[in-house]
Amino acid sequence: MGNQDSSTSSQSAEISIQTADYSLADEVALLEQGNLTDGAVVTFTGRVRNNNNGNTVTTLTLEHYPGMTEKSLAKIILQARERWNIGRVKVIHRVGELNIGDQIVFVGVTSKHRQDAFAANEFIMDYLKVKAPFWKKERIISEGQSAESWLDAKDSDTDKAELWS
Amino acid sequence: MIKIVFFAALREQLDCAEMSLASEGVKNINDIKLKLSDNSEQWQQVFSNASLLSAVNHDMVDGEHPVKPGDEVAFFPPVTGG
Repeated sequence: MGNQDSSTSSQSAEISIQTADYSLADEVALLEQGNLTDGAVVTFTGRVRNNNNGNTVTTLTLEHYPGMTEKSLAKIILQARERWNIGRVKVIHRVGELNIGDQIVFVGVTSKHRQDAFAANEFIMDYLKVKAPFWKKERIISEGQSAESWLDAKDSDTDKAELWS
Repeated sequence: MIKIVFFAALREQLDCAEMSLASEGVKNINDIKLKLSDNSEQWQQVFSNASLLSAVNHDMVDGEHPVKPGDEVAFFPPVTGG
């Protein structure tokens, strides 16, 4: 990938929903560039696994609700800012068809000291999992046959997000 | 009119991504679910699922949330991003 597809990407300073891949190094550089007040930079990268619930996964397709996705992520970032003293935030989520090992999601947070950035990063991911309108469809090999199915939401993700309330 | 959009598994089950609904007699999300359930047995089944989520103008809401003409209403399954 790496190509720019403007028709399915939307940009703001802190949020990007895109089909294209991203460079972790470039994103870290943007969080650090000219940022002389923050000593901590915490990043999370989510990738496509080759296995789920005991099945072999071959591809993953991500759908989202344009407009609501950006609005819900902006709200989550705002909530993080209200709870912790953080500096820069960047959330990237890819949509469309992804292959095994592809990067899906990036969350980067900076803060003066590490504790705020660690906590805010985890909070943003936990809330993204249960609040942001994304849906994954996986293509799996099951009993030698290729089949497509939408993923079920996990109770463990809901439980994890509730720990913050 | 009220614009209604469907996503993911829901869109496939209904074979419908987007539709318009006359706003007469529609006060809230539950009213819309009831109206749409009249379409067919398949729609009735989809809208009786308790885990179904709904949004009005890009904010997640519950069944009692009011709906007015011009709103964009969305129905979708629990989210699975990240």
